[in-house]
Amino acid sequence: MAEEVKVFGRWTSPFCCRVEIALRLKGVPYEYIEEDLSNKSPLLLEYNPVHKKVPVLVHGGKPIAESLVVLEYIEETWRRNPILPEDPHRRAMARFWTKFIDEKCMPIMWKSLWSEGEMQLKLMEETKENLSILERELNSKKFFGGNSIGLVDIAASFLSCWTEVLQEVAGISLFGEAKHPILFKWANEFMSSDAVKVCLPPKDELLSHFRAMKEGMSATKAGQN
Amino acid sequence: MVGGREVKLFGMWASPAVRRVEWALKLKGIEYEYIEEDISNKSTDLVKYNPINKQVPVLLHHGKPIIESLVIIEYIDEVWKHNPILPKDPYERAMARFWATYSEDKCRSAAREVFFAEGEKRVKAIKCLEETLRALDEELQGKKFFGGENIGFSDLVLGWMAFWLGVSEEVASFEVLDPNKFPWFTSWIDSFLKVPAIKENLPPRDKTVEFFHSYRRLHLAAPKC
Repeated sequence: MAEEVKVFGRWTSPFCCRVEIALRLKGVPYEYIEEDLSNKSPLLLEYNPVHKKVPVLVHGGKPIAESLVVLEYIEETWRRNPILPEDPHRRAMARFWTKFIDEKCMPIMWKSLWSEGEMQLKLMEETKENLSILERELNSKKFFGGNSIGLVDIAASFLSCWTEVLQEVAGISLFGEAKHPILFKWANEFMSSDAVKVCLPPKDELLSHFRAMKEGMSATKAGQN
Repeated sequence: MVGGREVKLFGMWASPAVRRVEWALKLKGIEYEYIEEDISNKSTDLVKYNPINKQVPVLLHHGKPIIESLVIIEYIDEVWKHNPILPKDPYERAMARFWATYSEDKCRSAAREVFFAEGEKRVKAIKCLEETLRALDEELQGKKFFGGENIGFSDLVLGWMAFWLGVSEEVASFEVLDPNKFPWFTSWIDSFLKVPAIKENLPPRDKTVEFFHSYRRLHLAAPKC
């Protein structure tokens, strides 16, 4: 009998979404547990005592944290519909691009959305450059993984509804059809694939969530001045 | 010995990220050609093989570049299967990768903060660094190495702390490596530095101290944004 799989997550998090996409792609049934991050469950604290964050995958009672670590675990445990190529050099390239997304693209884009003035302009430029780099890597492929979704595509899932919503909330334009046509086409292809579309949060709810977050941040700032 | 002229490593003598790749190569008895890079005057080859971030280390295997030290180590482990660095079991591999990620995401930034901070910020930064040492100390309980009886992936990735953290303490005049507070971790440092592949592959200590003194002076003197 297969051991049970649980995912502790937060509906607004693109990191949690990565894990669900990978499980769906491989047809792995799992139980999803929504966490309230302002009131973390004792189970979450037990399963991820080091970071106390989501996502956490629990397989047969054993917890794994950190989304990219989880993705590699999923790939090694459930072999169907592989998300990494067989060739070691191509695997290394996929891992490199995943790190590029995680360590450069995402944090800089996130900061650019929440910063202001000169700093924001600088971060926006850097973000656009990072997206162009990703676009050059994608080139004429349907997905970063080739004909099917791979590790890099899953890592880049924040470029789907999150980027769209956050740009709207921040009132800035970083990523769109005009500036990055190839990447934009990829995002649409990615979002409409079966395994992905069921995992994405509803856009209007995500918009309300981040709008409220921004208002909360502005209120805090006003209170500090 | 395997490898030979088909394996080249672009590196910089003081860099911990480069050394960890060398440790991996040495552990597997892989012969390689080492090319020392002048970071202030990067070679055309380095820029050609790593156009994205133009950094070392870069491993060249049959003319194909692999970048990012953690990605390189996984590549080495996949291509040369003897003396494995990562365990076989997917869950244990996930644990090894988790602690490797912890090193890069948490420990290095905490150490960097302390290295460059002054006054109140320094006190706060030291507390953060000690938190990470506490987590590592707890993980090591009952174990000689993070990998168990023998060194593995997390040991190689965390290895910078066995040498470069001590150098940082001397250069920036602080002390965190307290055997009373972190008995397992300090014991790990001793064991790690005794492993022949590590012991025989460390930069000269006084030269490294001198290098990081200049590095720190330059950084602190630079105009702040």
